[in-house]
Amino acid sequence: MPIQSKAASVTFDHVSKVYGRTVTAVDDVSFVVEAGRLVTLLGPSGCGKTTTLRMIAGLEMANKGRILIGDEDVTTLPATDRDVSMVFQSYALFPHMNVGENVAYGLNVSGMEKNEARDRANEGLKLVGLSGYGERLPSELSGGQQQRVAVARALVLEPQVLLFDEPLSNLDAKLRRQVREEIRDIQRNLGLTAVYVTHDQEEALAVSDRIIVMNNAVIAQEGTPRDLYEEPADVFVADFIGDANLVDVEIRSIDGDLAEVQMGPLTLTLPHRNLKPGIVNAAVRPESFLLSTAADAPGISGTVTKASYLGNHMEYAVTTDLGELFVVDPDVVDIIAPQSGVKVTLANHGVTLVGK
Amino acid sequence: MNRTVLLWLAVGWIGFLILPWYVIEDGFWGLDWLFDGYPLDRDFGPAWAHWLAGDKLWLTPVPLFLLLPFLTWGRLKTDPFYAKILIFSGLGGLGYLAAQGFAIGISGWESTLLEGFYGATEKRQYGLGYGAMGVASAFLFFLTQGIAARGAINGDVFVVSSIGFIVAIVGAFIFFPVIQILVSALQDNEGAYSIGVFLVKFTDRKIWGLDCLYTTVGCGAAWNSLFLAIVVGASTTALGLVFALVATRSGFRYRKLLRALTVLPIITPPFVIGLAIILLFGLSGIVTQFISDIFGVEPTRWVYGMPGIWLAQMLAYSPIAFLVMIGVVEGISPSMEEAAQTLRADRWKTFTTVSLPLMRPGLANAFLIGFIESMADFGNPLVLGGNFDVLSTEIFFAIVGAQNDQGMAAVLAFVLLCFTLSAFYAQRRWLGRKSYTTVTGKGDGGTHALLPDRLRWPVYTIAFSWTGFTLVVYAMILFGGFVNTWGLDHTFTFKHYITAFSVSWEDHSLQWTGAAWNSFWTTVSIATISAPLTAAVGLLTAYILVRQTFAGKDLFEFGTMLSFAIPGTVIGVSYILAFNVPPIELTGTGAILVLCFIFRNMPVGVRAGVAAMSQLDKSLDEASLTLGANSWYTFRKVVLPLLRPAIIAALVYSFVRAMTAISAVIFLVSAEYDMATSYIIGRVENNDYGLAIAYSTVLIFVMLASVLVFQGLVGERRIGRREPEKAAPGALEQPA
Repeated sequence: MPIQSKAASVTFDHVSKVYGRTVTAVDDVSFVVEAGRLVTLLGPSGCGKTTTLRMIAGLEMANKGRILIGDEDVTTLPATDRDVSMVFQSYALFPHMNVGENVAYGLNVSGMEKNEARDRANEGLKLVGLSGYGERLPSELSGGQQQRVAVARALVLEPQVLLFDEPLSNLDAKLRRQVREEIRDIQRNLGLTAVYVTHDQEEALAVSDRIIVMNNAVIAQEGTPRDLYEEPADVFVADFIGDANLVDVEIRSIDGDLAEVQMGPLTLTLPHRNLKPGIVNAAVRPESFLLSTAADAPGISGTVTKASYLGNHMEYAVTTDLGELFVVDPDVVDIIAPQSGVKVTLANHGVTLVGK
Repeated sequence: MNRTVLLWLAVGWIGFLILPWYVIEDGFWGLDWLFDGYPLDRDFGPAWAHWLAGDKLWLTPVPLFLLLPFLTWGRLKTDPFYAKILIFSGLGGLGYLAAQGFAIGISGWESTLLEGFYGATEKRQYGLGYGAMGVASAFLFFLTQGIAARGAINGDVFVVSSIGFIVAIVGAFIFFPVIQILVSALQDNEGAYSIGVFLVKFTDRKIWGLDCLYTTVGCGAAWNSLFLAIVVGASTTALGLVFALVATRSGFRYRKLLRALTVLPIITPPFVIGLAIILLFGLSGIVTQFISDIFGVEPTRWVYGMPGIWLAQMLAYSPIAFLVMIGVVEGISPSMEEAAQTLRADRWKTFTTVSLPLMRPGLANAFLIGFIESMADFGNPLVLGGNFDVLSTEIFFAIVGAQNDQGMAAVLAFVLLCFTLSAFYAQRRWLGRKSYTTVTGKGDGGTHALLPDRLRWPVYTIAFSWTGFTLVVYAMILFGGFVNTWGLDHTFTFKHYITAFSVSWEDHSLQWTGAAWNSFWTTVSIATISAPLTAAVGLLTAYILVRQTFAGKDLFEFGTMLSFAIPGTVIGVSYILAFNVPPIELTGTGAILVLCFIFRNMPVGVRAGVAAMSQLDKSLDEASLTLGANSWYTFRKVVLPLLRPAIIAALVYSFVRAMTAISAVIFLVSAEYDMATSYIIGRVENNDYGLAIAYSTVLIFVMLASVLVFQGLVGERRIGRREPEKAAPGALEQPA
């Protein structure tokens, strides 16, 4: 019998978690993860994302609020009794059991008959491309293989929700891309509900249906990867996702949805996003700055102070009256030498107004 | 109905209805009661029979508390009533059992107050037996299940029950006896409470006298003990440091041998070293005789007293200091020393400015451990003490001597306890939790700096001469059992071994005719029973300490480690005081020895477990939990298999300590349950050194053998690459 999905939604209803008396790890957080979606919890370390994940698993108990999986209130249910399984950062494969025993562990716990458990375990291993590895010990596998065993071990239980706690952070960069695509494929093909924790914004953008950005124990913004990149709600999100340059600009006037904005010598028309006229921030993606060395070109005057060659693109630091700008330029042929004077203009995308 | 509640209901009702309520005279395992008038005989009857006979009417509320849990029938754990019922039943039942147990003893009412209130009673009761134990444990686990149902520790019944179980046994077998000491210290010989009596005894010149400063009379035992402990603590620490330096900072090739040597004192009963010292330096000792022959010096008894005890304790406890120090010395990150060297410090400067300061906390730790061990040591002062009185032996003589003054013993025990607890507290306060190793877990490829030259030769000299001395001492132990009479007649003989361990074939069966067999088999069986129990209690405690968080955890940890700081003599006295009378009546049984070993050696199991478990990634447990296993299954299938090295350590250590212990044991042995060590001490007191030494040698070899057997039984941790032929096909089943 192939492995199927019993995907259910996850609902957080005003959930708080306080350690001891004073340390608030998660503060009045509410969100819904729809069934069959992969949602990422993204944020810097200490923002509460792992605590949130562990509360879904039942490894931490909420102090306030309700947690629902599907329609069932699981707030006080311990991990053992929740239909959830988790893939750990350290893989957490049992070192004294072979791969097959590891994958069959949850099945044996649930009282499944041994032969059936073995067949299902093999099914799970096949799904992650490790057929025939059942006899090996975890220590005999590479890091990527171990992580796939951990995924198989979680999958064979057909959990209502599958949780990933920074599953790729112990893998090297190349493997990371490959394993994350495999995880995404399996999740899509089986229609699983998955909650994924990472601090790597690129990884989050690549795998998620939706992203919940957390900062200081609260949700900073929630949306699709594209929403977050293109319309960051605040300075924190703009900076955390995609290294935005934050530039002081002035909203001159507002006309319908659009605002006329002054950035140094440049005048721009941008969606005002409910900001009032006055000095605000503009988040400018590094690739949205265009550099020109022509002396008479329009734009903000500046001087290149650093130039780094990264193979498929250049990174420049440009000092201007607006501050130091971080610029990514796909042109790796005509490289601008340090100390050159440049004019900076803006592309027609990747510029967003955010509050001060 | 909940299965666990049902299980403990069954245990409780079996305890009430079927098993004898009171303790059985023929011993814990005796089954004679089944055929001896059960159930109506008064000695063996279950609770209901006593009740029907109309003479233990105060047992009436017990079944009522046992009926309460039936009310949880059909209720969910989440129902607040479910938790309330269980807590009420458990707490009420336990409280009532304890209250009636303490209120009515062998001679009726225990307190004159109650007697005045209810009038004198002819009724009496003895120590609680199987039945009462069953009922009490049922109440205990009702209580823990009730607490778990209220949501403590995520409602985890296994963890809450484990905590409850350990709190209960530590309370009953550590705190309760120790409190009995305080109570007895405040009582006069008629049992009336009196501060005056306490003060008179406490200020006795035998404890605090300072006569040795200006007369030839000895000082008080407290000063002697304190002075000895400070000297021993300082000198063992120094020796430990020297050996640790040789082991880690020298090119010395046989460093591993040094480590092997440290095992010797651990498998040596403590007073055996004292015996060897007598064989060397005693009145008829080899060295004494040799010197008197050459220089014509009259042999003296100089070794009996402070010098002899000091030598023996140095030999016995330096290896412990070495083990502490080597951890510290190795823990200093080589890159710190390398950094100092690249900053132009030479070896001497590096050692004095970087290495040594980093070792300071380790030195303090080793000192305190030596201090506590010396304070608690009983065997060596007993053998070598002479007129040098120390607290641990004075306690013993107060009980067994002509005085038979339990109150005095309690006061002395109280003083000793204050010393060791202060040291224990200091150790934990200053260093206990601080990590004083600089190992970070990051790869650290450097090597330790070698010792500077001007330090190397002194260190080598001390290390080698001490090693030589140790070897001589052990040669004495081996050799001493084979001579006729030490110091007088050095002809070779097997007679001591034959006296102790002869067997013969008579009447078609093997007869253990040797004098030592009785105590030998008792020792082996008691050590074998107590070792796995100690390991189990220790590892369970370690699991709770490392993996769970709950209110009062610090107190819990302190309580479980406390018995490390309680000297054996104090435990011995306290067990006599606490368990000689109902409700827990154990003196003279084998059980009291087993219990004593479990709680004396528990900290070892806890430490081994804590060390091993801290190395296990917590996500292994969590993975198991999220895969649907409960914490009991996780503990069995994931944690325990990975703890095998810790299990070996705990088993071996508790077995060996049970074989070598003397201080507590000497109070608790009985004619029926005599232990090897107390038998040997008895021989020594009769000046029968040959037999004592022969027996000790046999013990040492038995312990060596058992260490190897345990190693084989528990097996290796299976996480490395397996032998290809062992990987059986279809190995998806759980490992056996």
